[in-house]
Amino acid sequence: MIATLAAVAPWKAPTIDYHALLPEIILAVGLVVVLLVDLFLEERGKWLLSSLASFSFLGAFVPVVTLALSDSGARSMFDGRFVVDDFSLVLKGLFILVGYVVVLLSTTYVEEGDYYRGEYWVMMLSSVLGMVMMASSRDLVSIFVALEFLSIPAYMLAAWRKRDSRSNEAGAKYFLLGVFASAVMLYGMSLVYGATGSTLLVDIGASLDDSRMTSVRVLGIVFIVIGFAFKVSAVPFHTWAPDTYEGAPTPVTAFLSVASKAAGFVALVTLIYIAFPLASDVWQPMIWVLAALTMTVGNVIALKQTNIVRMLAYSSISQGGFILMPLAVAGTNDSAQSVLRAVVVYLIAYAVTNLGVFGIILAVSRKTRSGEIASFGGLFSYAPGLAALMTIFMASLAGIPPFGGWFGKFAAFQSLLSAGGGWAYTLAVIGAVNSVVAFGYYGGVLREMWMRPAPDGDESPINTPSPLVLALGITTIGTLLVGILPGLVTHFGDLASLTGAFGG
Amino acid sequence: MDVFRDQNWVLSVGTFLPLAGVLVMLFIPKAEEQLHKLVALVTALATLGVGIFTLMQFNYDNADKMQFVADHEWIPVIKSSYLIGLDGISLPMYFLSMVITLLVIIYSWNHIPNPGNPKAFMILMLVLQTGMAGTFIAQDLILFFVFFELVLLPMYFMIGVWGGENRQYASLKFFLYTMFGSALMLVAFLALFFKTGAESFSIPYLVENGGAIAKNTQIWIFAGMFIGFAVKVPMFPFHTWLPDAHTQAPTQGSVILAAILLKLGTYGFIRIAIPTLPDAAIEWAPYIGLLAVIGIIYGAFGCLAQTDMKRLIAFSSVAHMGFVMLGISTLTTFGLNAALFGMVAHGLITGMLFFIAGSVKERYHTLEIARLGGMLKQMPKLGWILGFCSMASLGLPGLAGFWGEFPAILSAYNPADGLPVETFRTFMIIAALGTVLAAAYLLWLFQRTAFGEPKAEFSGHGGHGDHGDEHSDIHDVNMFEWIAWTPLLIAIVVFGVVPNLMFKVLDPAVAVTLKAFGG
Repeated sequence: MIATLAAVAPWKAPTIDYHALLPEIILAVGLVVVLLVDLFLEERGKWLLSSLASFSFLGAFVPVVTLALSDSGARSMFDGRFVVDDFSLVLKGLFILVGYVVVLLSTTYVEEGDYYRGEYWVMMLSSVLGMVMMASSRDLVSIFVALEFLSIPAYMLAAWRKRDSRSNEAGAKYFLLGVFASAVMLYGMSLVYGATGSTLLVDIGASLDDSRMTSVRVLGIVFIVIGFAFKVSAVPFHTWAPDTYEGAPTPVTAFLSVASKAAGFVALVTLIYIAFPLASDVWQPMIWVLAALTMTVGNVIALKQTNIVRMLAYSSISQGGFILMPLAVAGTNDSAQSVLRAVVVYLIAYAVTNLGVFGIILAVSRKTRSGEIASFGGLFSYAPGLAALMTIFMASLAGIPPFGGWFGKFAAFQSLLSAGGGWAYTLAVIGAVNSVVAFGYYGGVLREMWMRPAPDGDESPINTPSPLVLALGITTIGTLLVGILPGLVTHFGDLASLTGAFGG
Repeated sequence: MDVFRDQNWVLSVGTFLPLAGVLVMLFIPKAEEQLHKLVALVTALATLGVGIFTLMQFNYDNADKMQFVADHEWIPVIKSSYLIGLDGISLPMYFLSMVITLLVIIYSWNHIPNPGNPKAFMILMLVLQTGMAGTFIAQDLILFFVFFELVLLPMYFMIGVWGGENRQYASLKFFLYTMFGSALMLVAFLALFFKTGAESFSIPYLVENGGAIAKNTQIWIFAGMFIGFAVKVPMFPFHTWLPDAHTQAPTQGSVILAAILLKLGTYGFIRIAIPTLPDAAIEWAPYIGLLAVIGIIYGAFGCLAQTDMKRLIAFSSVAHMGFVMLGISTLTTFGLNAALFGMVAHGLITGMLFFIAGSVKERYHTLEIARLGGMLKQMPKLGWILGFCSMASLGLPGLAGFWGEFPAILSAYNPADGLPVETFRTFMIIAALGTVLAAAYLLWLFQRTAFGEPKAEFSGHGGHGDHGDEHSDIHDVNMFEWIAWTPLLIAIVVFGVVPNLMFKVLDPAVAVTLKAFGG
């Protein structure tokens, strides 16, 4: 035993590219600083923590930009287990920006709530740190570590309002199903490792191909995909999402429905493109079914919701189906690039729009203290600005030009049709029908705001705190930019080539 | 000056100027109602000014060529660009959209429907104008799609917020129908894009290369576009949203809907579906013709059955758009000219009729035909304008409606090569019967509302005591109505007497469109 170990080449310290790791390092430092400062702050000084958190995010964004501008190509560390390429940079940028906007959304909410403030920001920072790591992970182990890193704080965030039973329920459900999903995924990973002898995605990709499929390999892939299907709340693994979204604090729901979901997709995309590109016969049909089910079931149930957050939970499930849709043809050679672009563009468009929606919900519920869709009645007459912005966001989610969401949907359809074939066309038609059905519930919110009177005739104006105004400004500009000048975002989509999959 | 020689800015300015007005209005508080109306009016006037400049600078000898072309990079990865241009087919509709928006804004000066809020109303109107104008100049399918969809939300809110009692149902129906159509249309656009080699979304490129697609594929792609455009026209059997939308919409919404929005569909057929997919067009033409004549007859009978004036006019739109579609389905230059003329004529005349309906509603608080009557005695000017427009609408020679209807029927006598002549001649006869029905329902409408004595409840004596103040609303045409209506009335006469004003612009461009059919 010892002899075999000794025969392995002597250990030498890996070279570390600190520039490439800077976003993670800054977030980690920010996390520690917030934790320490919290210890020494009086209760009335706690507002400082949210500023520290937002500065950490803004600080972490800087190296992402400098890395993107440096033309040294992809930076690979630890034998290719941690890669900083264009794909990961785009998503790191997205995660960090989402983190920043969520801080803005949370600031007033956390100040006004009667709970531990310091811990909130610490958990938020560590979850984003996990996501940023996820974008670079190219190894089963580091993917799993990143996933737990981002999930465990998220479980705790969901249960943050610990004296509220629904928040407890949210956290417990999320935790139990999340752990279950992790277990399934881990089991799949162990099978894949056992069958291929490596945890490095590139090596797995080389040995897993359709011609050498054994049942163990198939089972491994299936379990891994199912594990991520839980994370992205794809039907039929979505059951945790509505209760968790409804019970969790609203800014946390925004965070979960955008960032956490995106992180799941990032990992799924990485695995599909680097570890399983030659095993498309196994996962393509699975994803096809998941996409069709997710879009349809999410939509149909969303139609019946009366609570806005629950409606958005199902809407976010259905949107997840649209992101899965192009992945169902990701194994087709011609369309691989356009699928990747579609997923990235969709994630960006969906992120800015959905954060905006939650911004409006937070602003309105400060006045109405209600989560019912009916509480938006008459919004247009007493807060036309908020109503107009909500209209933009709802239209964007529904995919109506010229607001961001349309281009995400368009890119998804385009990549699907470029692959061609009966299955792709069928899925495109299912998607087209669903995008019309979706207007049923997005339009319901519009109808409530524009065409119905305010409940109880209460037309007192809404006072929107300045962090929320800033968050709404960022998300509105983002939504309009993606919609009117999609060229800007597709630029990122083009950059986003996964080095491993495309000859890097 | 270079600016005037190099004119690729003209169309962009004309299209997006209304949004500049919107931007200004966003920063004016809601309470400044007069100021909002003023800004909207000035914006619409300025936009029309750009439109008149376009009209003057347009080279009529080259009406078959795209003019004022601008081509900028927009979404390079999907090979879509900001490509705009104007030819003889687009020019009349482009200009009409500017005129109608201005007139509607003038009409709104003292006619803001309940629940008020001119700020939002005018902003939506101006956004709508950008969408409409943009659709007529877009020469790239994706750009076309974006503009085509841009009109949806403003119209949805216009109906849903400022509409009648059943407004929420009507607005949602309008929206879902149109959205369903455009989803299929978008899939068809994408299919066309891939089948022509995934090179470009530019319409001229697709026109050049679309003909090479296998016939069966063309037929399927055409089907997607057909549904998208046919919903908008609307053709039988996709028309059911129209009566509801028109009846519930505020007057301004109805006018814009009738005058411009419906034409987005027919324009789509002429600009995109037919030239890009010529083989499919030949296959589809008899069915389009069939649905068109069904629409003519069905719309006419629908009119005869209505008891509500506005709903009657809405059904007459179904019939009139049937004539337009019949002209298109012949695939001849003659038919297409007639269709394009019919689009403008219907825009002017039906737009006018909806204005009148709005004013009647405002005065009598009802559009129930049975309760109206004696308008010529009470409000002779309004009554005669209604009479004039009814005549124009039924296609009286000498007024604009004639030149859309009569040539469309005539064109069916001799459809393009490859189309079944007997079938189209049958269509011709049925369509001709449709004109008789049109005369019937329009004259009947005129007779029941304008002739005779005013009904007791409105006549000022013999009415119920508690209705006494209702009569105070009954007054003849007022100044804002005159300003808004006179241009339309004059145009109806001018185009009726000198139809060549428009035909000479349309004809060269139509000939280019139908190049593939040897016609």
